[in-house]
Amino acid sequence: MAIALPFLIALALVIFVLSNIVFFMWAEFKISGRVADRFGPMETGRWHGWAQPLADILKFLNKEDIIPANADKLIFRVAPFVGFIPVVMVLAAIPYTNKIFVRDFDIAVFFVIALSSFTFVSMVMGGWASGNKYSLLGAFRAAGMLLSYELPLGLAIAGVVMLSATLSLIGIVQQQTVWNIVLQPIGFLVFMVAMQAELQRSPFDLAVAESELVAGYSVEYSGMRYAMFQLGEFFGLWALASMAVLLFLGGWHGPYLPGIVWFFIKFYGIFLFLAFSRVSVPRVRPDQLMDLGWKILLPSALVNIVITATLIVLVPHYQVPLAVSEFVILIAALYLMRRVLK
Amino acid sequence: MELNLGPQHPATHGVLRIVVTLDGERVVKAVPHLGYLHRGVEKIVEDLEYFQIPPILDRMDYVANLNNELSYVMAVEKLAGLKVPERAEYVRVILLEFNRIMSHFAWFGPFTNDLGLFGTAFLYGLREREYIQRLFERTTGARMHYNYFTYGGLRHDVPDGFVEEASRLANRLPAVIDEFEYMVEENEVFRLRTIGIGPMDGQTALNFGASGPFLRASGIPIDLRKDEPYSVYDRFDFKVCSASGGDCFARYKVRMDEMRESVKIIQQALEQMPDGPVRAKTTRHIKLPKGEVYMRTEHARGEFGAYIVSDGGERPYRLKLRSPSLSNLMASCVLLPGMVLPDLIATVASVDIVLGCTDR
Repeated sequence: MAIALPFLIALALVIFVLSNIVFFMWAEFKISGRVADRFGPMETGRWHGWAQPLADILKFLNKEDIIPANADKLIFRVAPFVGFIPVVMVLAAIPYTNKIFVRDFDIAVFFVIALSSFTFVSMVMGGWASGNKYSLLGAFRAAGMLLSYELPLGLAIAGVVMLSATLSLIGIVQQQTVWNIVLQPIGFLVFMVAMQAELQRSPFDLAVAESELVAGYSVEYSGMRYAMFQLGEFFGLWALASMAVLLFLGGWHGPYLPGIVWFFIKFYGIFLFLAFSRVSVPRVRPDQLMDLGWKILLPSALVNIVITATLIVLVPHYQVPLAVSEFVILIAALYLMRRVLK
Repeated sequence: MELNLGPQHPATHGVLRIVVTLDGERVVKAVPHLGYLHRGVEKIVEDLEYFQIPPILDRMDYVANLNNELSYVMAVEKLAGLKVPERAEYVRVILLEFNRIMSHFAWFGPFTNDLGLFGTAFLYGLREREYIQRLFERTTGARMHYNYFTYGGLRHDVPDGFVEEASRLANRLPAVIDEFEYMVEENEVFRLRTIGIGPMDGQTALNFGASGPFLRASGIPIDLRKDEPYSVYDRFDFKVCSASGGDCFARYKVRMDEMRESVKIIQQALEQMPDGPVRAKTTRHIKLPKGEVYMRTEHARGEFGAYIVSDGGERPYRLKLRSPSLSNLMASCVLLPGMVLPDLIATVASVDIVLGCTDR
């Protein structure tokens, strides 16, 4: 029994997350449908097509697993697992309340960020090994994005880590008497943008880019291997949206309702933001994306670190000055950017 | 690296095939290959009598069909010396302008689609197109291949309530166009992806024989409706829309403005429309006198020309059709080298080609 318990916990966790992911898929169908003046799925499962994601998964299970003749067979087979397994491992590090968690890592922040960037490795592997020019272009783009987005993402979190002086996610949440979004608005914005790039969601879905690269790195994948890429993306969404909630939105803190409810309210808020931003902006170009990453996000993240570090060291009660200065700089920067772009 | 874009590719609008030589993502050379939708229209029509030809022309540019029919029937009228009744001319203008708006709506959705706004604005354009299409269905009896214009006027008169329905539609449209502009114009990413992308200078465009919104976006306000007015276009008050940039944004902007002007024309035409017959006295099996005639009109995509050579018989000896899509596409292809791949997609999409028309 003692040996079986960890497995049971892991199984329960994966089933819980998977059922949520099925809901994500359905919600995304519905949201993108409604935004685009459609209904979305309406038939499968009778009530508003609730069973459509299940039907899709079943379809993927039934499909033939095609490996192209001029593919690099070993790497082609392995690539989906390289993307999928790390993002499932991330689940172990995410706490939902201070009582419900799998394991409290000392370096949980590090662990999550490191493992979730494996997605890009799998994209490059899959795109390269497919032996298709479109997928190769997708792989190149994925590699470029890995370089320009991991850095701002990590640096955006650095400010939060400095404030709480711990890398444990539970520790970070427990120290947020004031939500970090108030103290770190710049960090939060950088994190949200870099997160969408990390998750390969529009406007940064360059490695997939339907209208340019057909299906990018996954063009030759079919059946369950393709589904694993997709599922990996959703697990990544789970991980990073949880990170946004834990790092910036106060985790399970909130009045009246129990902590777990607050966590998922915030979590689904982030999910809605992602779902709507996906359908409301066109895709940026690879070079524009690099510009954004290196010229805007990286400097902003660095400015954020500098301000935070200086105030923590120099001012004893740094909360109010930190929040004020960050907001002032943020608004000034946004105003300037708007002037320049016009 | 040589990349084969099309004929099966999500962003080639049918069966355009571009063989692109890439250096990384940058395009070094782009060679369009045409003819995947070649049906030999110009040869088929040589075996048909004059009244049998409009249905074939409907199938050329299948997004703005009535505009295709017009050039041909006007060419026949010119050679036969037929006088078209007033009412028919007005109905023609109303339907042509609606057709132009439909075509631009059908362009707008796929254009945003190609920029990566996948599926969102697509159905907005098609929804508005559908309302107009219902009017067309009631008027002509068909949804796509209307076969409504014929030499000497129209096949039959418009149905009861046409004027009310058309004016209701026309009054509604400006708000819809505003909505579309509001949807994309303030969008930073849309601006990033269109402003300064694929700039075409006017002289090059002219040299390639480009026309229509594509040419007007390069700052050359040539519009056949204004420059050599045919039908009753000289009786309406409208602007020729042009923009100076020549980039994708200018092309988008010109089309949006043009739709507003079309609405104005429709409203004026509905007010002035007289009663009377809609078809001149003529027989079905017409015989044209020996001779040649060229008639060009302002199609939704540019100058659409029909050149008829008649040997005095019941069938044309030769019918040459000038497709605006073809020359616009050829002009845009000089822009492609030096671009990155996503810009290539955006530029080709902004030209608004219909492969049924380029390949014939």
